[in-house]
Amino acid sequence: MPTITFIEHNGTRHEVHAEVGQSAMQAATFAGVPGIPGDCGGACACASCHAYVDEAWVERFAPAEGTEYDMLENVVERQPTSRLTCQLVVGADMDGLTLRLPAAQF
Amino acid sequence: MSLDSVVIVGAGHGGVQVAISLRQEGFRGRIVLVNDEPGLPYQRPPLSKAYLLGKINATAMLFRPETFYADQRIELVHDRVAAIDRQNRRVMLDSGSALDFGHLVLATGAHNRPLNVPGSTLSGIFGIKTKADADLLSPLVKQARNVVVIGAGFIGLEFAAVAAAEGAAVEVLELGDRPMARAVSPQMSELFRAAHQGWGVKFNFRTGLAELEGEDGKVSAVTTSDGRRLPAELVVYGIGVIPNVQLALEAGLDIDNGIRVNSSLLTSDPHISALGDVAAFPCVQNGENLTRLESVQNAVDQGKLIAARLVGKPTPYTALPWFWTDQGNLKLQIAGLSIGADNYVTLGDAAAQQLSVLCFRGEELIAVESCNRPGDHVFARKILARPPALTPAAAAAPDFDLKAWEAANRP
Ligand SMILES: Cc1cc2nc3c(=O)[nH]c(=O)nc-3n(C[C@H](O)[C@H](O)[C@H](O)COP(=O)(O)OP(=O)(O)OC[C@H]3O[C@@H](n4cnc5c(N)ncnc54)[C@H](O)[C@@H]3O)c2cc1C
Ligand code: FES
Repeated sequence: MPTITFIEHNGTRHEVHAEVGQSAMQAATFAGVPGIPGDCGGACACASCHAYVDEAWVERFAPAEGTEYDMLENVVERQPTSRLTCQLVVGADMDGLTLRLPAAQF
Repeated sequence: MSLDSVVIVGAGHGGVQVAISLRQEGFRGRIVLVNDEPGLPYQRPPLSKAYLLGKINATAMLFRPETFYADQRIELVHDRVAAIDRQNRRVMLDSGSALDFGHLVLATGAHNRPLNVPGSTLSGIFGIKTKADADLLSPLVKQARNVVVIGAGFIGLEFAAVAAAEGAAVEVLELGDRPMARAVSPQMSELFRAAHQGWGVKFNFRTGLAELEGEDGKVSAVTTSDGRRLPAELVVYGIGVIPNVQLALEAGLDIDNGIRVNSSLLTSDPHISALGDVAAFPCVQNGENLTRLESVQNAVDQGKLIAARLVGKPTPYTALPWFWTDQGNLKLQIAGLSIGADNYVTLGDAAAQQLSVLCFRGEELIAVESCNRPGDHVFARKILARPPALTPAAAAAPDFDLKAWEAANRP
């Protein structure tokens, strides 16, 4: 079980034990991390699962594309490391990944 | 005296959101979530799309794992509420036990409007509402060669796209003259009509269902209102829903196409709230008219509002409605309500299946429908959430772009 750290905008850290194969959004919601509602349940339809991937990890993921890319273009406080976490599938090699949450999802 | 217990009837999108938000808001009292469906509470949207296609499993549909409810002290009770005793602030359960409440939340959702033609009780005929429905349907849709869909609304068309992708010949019967007519603009209907036709789906508009024929108790054909006979081993209907108001009605609460609530989402009893598919609320985006919406956004935002009110932070409900549907390679996202739209401006290219339709009522932008233009949807939600309003003339300018307009007009 890889451990992923979610850091809320106010600095609160949540170390979450994620299941391989679930999305990072689901790992967060299952653990009750605030600030990441994931309203559409991972359908890539709501843009309420925005987070910043730790610089050291950015290269490990295939870049955002399609619907995810287009929605990210227009979210608040977009950064180069922005992702919609419902599109990040947790792999066995993701132990130690850190995801920072933006001030607001919308 | 401060509130010590909240009983929530129904563990769908609305009920679960109230429970989660109450704890996030710091509520310390007892929370009981009465769930009349088997298993842990789950999300419905994938039932007619990703789950039916086998793209996601049952765990991915859950709101939360079992441990979450225990950790948060949210009592999940597998039972059905049979009656509300308003006098004593108590609900009676099917099992015979009772629960006292400080505040009661009705999140009972809606059930599918049933077919009422001869043959409706044959096997092989489905509405899609629960995981149980989808579990029965999923092996059948993989085998069926001839599928008939009754109703070209969101759920019927999501299913039609799945059945076509599984290789079935799909016929859709629809009383209206275009797909999703009650919910989207003519331009967007046309894009979806063309796309479904491209996947092999055949539409029968202005056509009703007359009869269902069977062999050995199993559906085998459909007779249309114009007298044609279409073979069908599988029939799926999506002809609207009926709000589950029975409990509220028997308890004497005001009902008006749903449980009537005020702008705080309180029913006619100040100790009882209602939300989601079952609630008719004064909708700011619909001229304060009593409105019942069936969407995840509506249940979620209403759930948050009720939880905040119960911990002493009341606000009127004004959240902007938004919605999505996935059909084949098409993702349609809608921001706002297009009721009464009389003027449309389109962006993008329908032939390329990338189209946004800006819906105006007079000079006022009231909704934006985006097909495969998710960036527009995100902007539309920002623009519609506050003035200054975008006018049709500005939107019709040759190089108009939502993002540029939003940046230029940001307060
Ligand atoms: C197949 C399908 C696909 C959908 N797709 C989308 C989509 O893509 N996008 C979107 O925005 N929305 C979609 N929706 C709509 C969305 O799921 C609903 O609007 C939402 O679930 C409403 O939440 P709710 O809490 O009001 O009701 P529900 O989620 O329906 O929950 C109500 C619950 O209350 C229970 N209940 C009723 N009476 C009692 C009782 N007396 N005691 C105990 N429990 C009771 C019911 O069994 C049910 O479990 C879809 C719906 C369906 C069915
Ligand atoms: S959860 Fe909705 S876009 Fe990720």
